[in-house]
Amino acid sequence: MIEVQSLTKHFGPIRAVDGVSFSVGKGEVLGFLGPNGAGKSTTMKMITGFITPTAGTAAVCGHDIRTAPIAAKSRIGYLPEGAPLYADMTARGFLNFIGASRGLRGAERAKAVDRVVEIAQLKTVLDQPIETLSKGFTRRVGLAQALLHDPDVLILDEPTDGLDPNQKHHVRQVINDMAPDKAIVISTHILEEVHAVCSRAMIIDHGRLLADSTPAELEARAQHHNTVTLRTLAMPPDGERAALGQLDGVIEIEAGGSAGEPVFRVIPQEGANVLPAVTAFVAEKGWQVDELRLEQGRLDDVFRELTAAAAAGRDAEAAQ
Amino acid sequence: MNAARTVAVIFRREFAGYFASPVAYVFLIVFLALAGALTFFIGNFFQRNQADLDSFFVFHPWVYLFLMPAIAMRLWAEERKTGTVELLFTLPIATWHAVAGKFLAAWLFAGVALALTFPIWITVANLGAPDHGPIIAGYIGSFLMAGGYLAIGSCLSATTRNQVIAFVLAAIVCFAFSMAGAEVVLGPIRDILPQDFVNLVASFSFLNHFAEMRKGVIDLRNLLYFLSVIGVFLFATVLVLDLKKAE
Ligand SMILES: Nc1ncnc2c1ncn2[C@@H]1O[C@H](COP(=O)(O)OP(=O)(O)O)[C@@H](O)[C@H]1O
Ligand SMILES: [Mg+2]
Repeated sequence: MIEVQSLTKHFGPIRAVDGVSFSVGKGEVLGFLGPNGAGKSTTMKMITGFITPTAGTAAVCGHDIRTAPIAAKSRIGYLPEGAPLYADMTARGFLNFIGASRGLRGAERAKAVDRVVEIAQLKTVLDQPIETLSKGFTRRVGLAQALLHDPDVLILDEPTDGLDPNQKHHVRQVINDMAPDKAIVISTHILEEVHAVCSRAMIIDHGRLLADSTPAELEARAQHHNTVTLRTLAMPPDGERAALGQLDGVIEIEAGGSAGEPVFRVIPQEGANVLPAVTAFVAEKGWQVDELRLEQGRLDDVFRELTAAAAAGRDAEAAQ
Repeated sequence: MNAARTVAVIFRREFAGYFASPVAYVFLIVFLALAGALTFFIGNFFQRNQADLDSFFVFHPWVYLFLMPAIAMRLWAEERKTGTVELLFTLPIATWHAVAGKFLAAWLFAGVALALTFPIWITVANLGAPDHGPIIAGYIGSFLMAGGYLAIGSCLSATTRNQVIAFVLAAIVCFAFSMAGAEVVLGPIRDILPQDFVNLVASFSFLNHFAEMRKGVIDLRNLLYFLSVIGVFLFATVLVLDLKKAE
């Protein structure tokens, strides 16, 4: 439902977005990850038609945003970064205004407003001026506004930024509930959020796409993915420890704690799962185990590795 | 959705926005006080002993020079400052819908201010037997001139996120449009430039067109003049906004 083709935006000498292409289908929740200044917001602003691309284009439900902006915009629900709202209006007045400018009238609009007030839990603040609302409520009014016309495509720029844990949970719940029949793009720099809501994750840095796959696949690329951490009660004999390092699929054994502590990290070859072998080995040798744990790769690590590698690439390019 | 309805939606929000803060009321009071004071003290309304409103209308170009940019400065600069422009321009509406809706709101607000000067008309009608024709023409002319100033203000407000800058730029351009008809400008250029050019400059002046109207002449040319100034500057507003998207 979203087709993005070589989207590019230059601000003077800055290449904020540099040839980004991807597509998002119905039922997908795409997480847009990247450090600050990566170009996430700029990409979203181009897809939603707020800024004109330097090159490339985007189409929403088949409508090109450059040649048919109004048709495209009518299919998008958009929450801009920071959720800017008309502060002097009440939440109700504001939602009615958005509904009216999206062509909703009379009973149809009243129904739409009721629906989003329910979803975003705004009942208690409906007649309060937006400028008097807390950050959490303000963000929810922004979300309600984006959902008002029940759009096929939702684009949410940092929807949980600045919310407390309960509010974050609620917003994620809302996104999950809607996911099956929409194409959703959310940007975030909170990696745990990707797990909570995204079916797909894209890492972007300096305007370029560095990765595009499922959160689980990305994690599998982490350095410590599938590492086994083992803590025993007493220090096992040196010979047996060496034998552990000889197991199939094991690259090496690292000390996992401070010197003399009986903690080991068993580093597997890429893609290998050595937990069963380690468990069997420990049982056979009769080690007294305090802790035995399979580490999942952390998205943070993949993120850092990818962005650092890209930075090194740029430095090398610049040095030439 | 049809264009008129969209423009009306934008118009209603904007117009209500003027009254959402006390600034609107302060503005109305300042306008009425200023118009009254100029008419009675500087314009010598009573001493002139004439049953007309010329001493009232004659100051309008100068009052508007500051008050119209003050009404118009928030039109776009404020939306840019608060970021709501991003909300507005990702709605399924055309740029000109928003430009027209906002302009009409500002114009109607100016119209409300102007309409509130009606006691002065009642006063003159009670004191003498005025010719109502020139008064009506004066009001129409004044309203059109306010629209011209507001369209200029809208265009300059679109260029910046700073309302003070929007105000200053608009006041400067409005001043140029007014002064184009004043003898202090026309005198010196008459010596160095051909008469045709001088006439051209003078024909751009708000002052001259308004002066004709408040004498009671509702000439089609004067109406067209103000309407084209409004049209041209609203079109320029659309261009500026579209240009900013591509920046
Ligand atoms: N209007 C603008 N003018 C100039 N530079 C901009 C503008 N908007 C964004 N940038 C620059 O473009 C880059 C990408 O910004 P942005 O898309 O906001 O990143 P993100 O949302 O990923 O944090 C940054 O370097 C930012 O400074
Ligand atoms: Mg951003």
